Amino acid sequence: MTRSKIYCALFSALFTTVIAILPVSLEAKTLRYASQDDPQTLDPHSANLLPTNRVLSQVYEGLVMRDKNFKIIPGLAVSWSQPDPKTWRFKLRPNVKFHEGQAFTADDVVFSVERALHPLSQLKSSLQGVQTAKKVDNLTVDLIMKEPNPVLLNHLFQFRIASKEWAAKNKSEIPQNYKDREDTFSSRNTNGTGPFKVTLRQPDVKTVLVANADWWNKNSPEKGNLTQVDLLPVKSNATRAAALLSGEVDFVLDPPPQDIARLKGNPNIKIVEGVEARFQYLAFDSNRSELLYSDVKGKNPLKDVKVRQAIAHAIDVEAIKEKVMRGLAVPTGSVVPPGVQGYSKDADKRPAFDKEKAKKLLTEAGYPNGFSITLDCGNIQPAADICQAIPPMLSQVGIRATPNIVPQATFFPKIQKFDTSMYLLSWGAATYDALYNLQLLLHTSTGENTGFGDSNYGRYSNPKLDDLIKKIGVESDMKKRDGMIRDASTIITNDVALLPIHLPLVPWAMRKNVDAVFAPNNVAYFFRFKLN
Amino acid sequence: MLAFIIRRLLQSVLVMVAVGFIAFSLFNFVGDPVSLMLPPEATQSDRDEVRKSLGLDEPFYVQFGKFVGNAVQGNFGISLRLGRPVSQLLIERLPATLELAMTAAVIGLLVGIPVGVYTALRRNSILAKSLLTGSLIGVSLPNFLIGIFLILIFAVWLGLLPSFGRGDVTKIGLWTTGLLTVTGLKALVLPAITLGLYPVTLIMRLVRSEMMEVLRTDYIKFARARGLSNNAVHFGHALKNTLVPVITITGLQLGGLIAFAIITETVFQWPGMGLLFIQAVQFADIPVMAAYLCLIGLIFVLINLTVDMLYYTVDPRLRISGSAAGGH
Repeated sequence: MTRSKIYCALFSALFTTVIAILPVSLEAKTLRYASQDDPQTLDPHSANLLPTNRVLSQVYEGLVMRDKNFKIIPGLAVSWSQPDPKTWRFKLRPNVKFHEGQAFTADDVVFSVERALHPLSQLKSSLQGVQTAKKVDNLTVDLIMKEPNPVLLNHLFQFRIASKEWAAKNKSEIPQNYKDREDTFSSRNTNGTGPFKVTLRQPDVKTVLVANADWWNKNSPEKGNLTQVDLLPVKSNATRAAALLSGEVDFVLDPPPQDIARLKGNPNIKIVEGVEARFQYLAFDSNRSELLYSDVKGKNPLKDVKVRQAIAHAIDVEAIKEKVMRGLAVPTGSVVPPGVQGYSKDADKRPAFDKEKAKKLLTEAGYPNGFSITLDCGNIQPAADICQAIPPMLSQVGIRATPNIVPQATFFPKIQKFDTSMYLLSWGAATYDALYNLQLLLHTSTGENTGFGDSNYGRYSNPKLDDLIKKIGVESDMKKRDGMIRDASTIITNDVALLPIHLPLVPWAMRKNVDAVFAPNNVAYFFRFKLN
Repeated sequence: MLAFIIRRLLQSVLVMVAVGFIAFSLFNFVGDPVSLMLPPEATQSDRDEVRKSLGLDEPFYVQFGKFVGNAVQGNFGISLRLGRPVSQLLIERLPATLELAMTAAVIGLLVGIPVGVYTALRRNSILAKSLLTGSLIGVSLPNFLIGIFLILIFAVWLGLLPSFGRGDVTKIGLWTTGLLTVTGLKALVLPAITLGLYPVTLIMRLVRSEMMEVLRTDYIKFARARGLSNNAVHFGHALKNTLVPVITITGLQLGGLIAFAIITETVFQWPGMGLLFIQAVQFADIPVMAAYLCLIGLIFVLINLTVDMLYYTVDPRLRISGSAAGGH
């Protein structure tokens, strides 16, 4: 070989190396993501909190996932069947590996089911009705139900699968225990099968997610191009907006509402708005024979459907939308929001804003001069602002409402003790199925933790609705079930059991070069994001 | 001397217990952390379970007793928000807060003293008058507003400095420092100026009035009579005697800077103890709040103790009055 040939060979070798390296370095796409919250823990099963879920759903996966349109699709299970009403059989996806290389098998599913059902887990609801899991073979698992759950798949969306071998090796077989003052390995480290892995975790400073190059779903048409995501918590609203304007972050999950207009006016920034499956509503004490916070003695005006209808007619949702929410809301009349299983347009009707009608209804109910009442709210936004907008509207028809805005941490214990006459709250349909809302918000409260009426703090009770809810709970014919949900929603609307106000529009703010896909649970699924 | 120190120490312990008790009883009113740990959709049984697992179902005195018992051993429990030992969290955050507070104090001294001297010597010049007026702004403008102004100017408009965070840090043993990297130093500028503005104005006004006082004294007149140069009189004699109260105030201010860095840290997402505390308040994270308040209490007690002992050494009158001496 001559010298020139050697040079030539060397050069071409060098050239190919450069070519091989170049695309990688060119494609390094790091999204700098800011939000006011930081995940509380990285343990897959110890907390059911939105900031935690937002990160862990990038790292851990479950048997099912949801596509761009939020429809359930196969995840780590490729298919499923129901041999009998109390058994669900899942065929698992072969050749899936955890981030640290362990092969994914039925043992991991059985282990994760046990872990998620552990008393220390906060994700028991992700396995609603499940008693235990049984391994059939290496890639088949049966979930044995203690009670039928026709919408198990909706629940399973929140279920996360961790590696049995990894948990055993790191002594993290059970979710983190607060009482024993433990600092478990799994609260700081992760090992999932998902599109991203956590490579750095500094609470309140920075969490780094790096794309998993071996992800089983990397050829999905929904796949974007991010190689890394830096999660940067920025608590202060003004600073978060400033960081986006100055280009220090690319994406802000929760831009301050008062800055949206200004951000929209900036040529480098765009806003993506989506509807979250969460609704703001007013609830009434329709149980007591005399209200705790009212000047009407000896009877409870809110027990009369006409009074509740009057309140519904007195509230100008459009004004709340424009003035309080700055346009970022969609008025609604249904307790089953769009996007949730069982939603029907027919049932989504809200009483028209009509002050004369409200006054007439009040007179008919025997309160021509109205009455006084206290409206309880938590001090988070936008609830506190809405809470101040409602009383003037009610006063125009004669109801003298006083807002009582207290810290969130005292608001919940208060209404949980039924210590309220009227309150404002928002509710997210965690399972994206109507039953969840109906059963917890509107079934007669038993006062105990039965899963029926647990969050019905006004203690509204309607035997007809209770019957219907029980039937919806066991009906497996989806078409029939949807019909029953529609009937239930209509009863609720006509009876003003609750008064839904609106669905908040969630704005995400980002630099122009970010392509974001909105998800109705207000989680940014980074694997769908693109950075141009 | 020994009796004095022991008495001082006993008083300090008493103060610490009182701080712990007041802090702890306040927490009964911050609300229920459980309602914040769980989503509103959580069921009552979920809540009860979490409450029990946190030991929040026990009566107040049992909780306080356990808290004191553990705190003495340096165990402040586990943060309800982050699920990690509180002592570890505080140790991680302490360097950031101390670096910020120290830098602010240094800015206070380096700017405050010369400006104070200048305004005392040239008290009728326009510059001195405008500096004095300007210092009013430093005293009266709230910290967060100054911070947001600085962010707007230097981060958003000029794009020179970062608006949040601490930049890259270097780890030296248990300590993390941002002073050794360019991004770390850049990140320090705005928060340190924000936090340092108050001590600047305070020290400047203090130096000015002390200096004017000293310049009227007999030994200055004598120094001038000896024909010493202006510089020697001003800096060799006058300033030297002005600095004693300045150093005392700066020492005490340092405690205040550490404690009140909360606002600055929140505006700049500076990962110090103040940010940890403010997030703990919003989350009703009782263990973190309790530990933080105790630590701040301890810092103040220690600074006061040191100052007291310094006074004791400096001021002979305290020694003469003997056992009756209780403080300054």
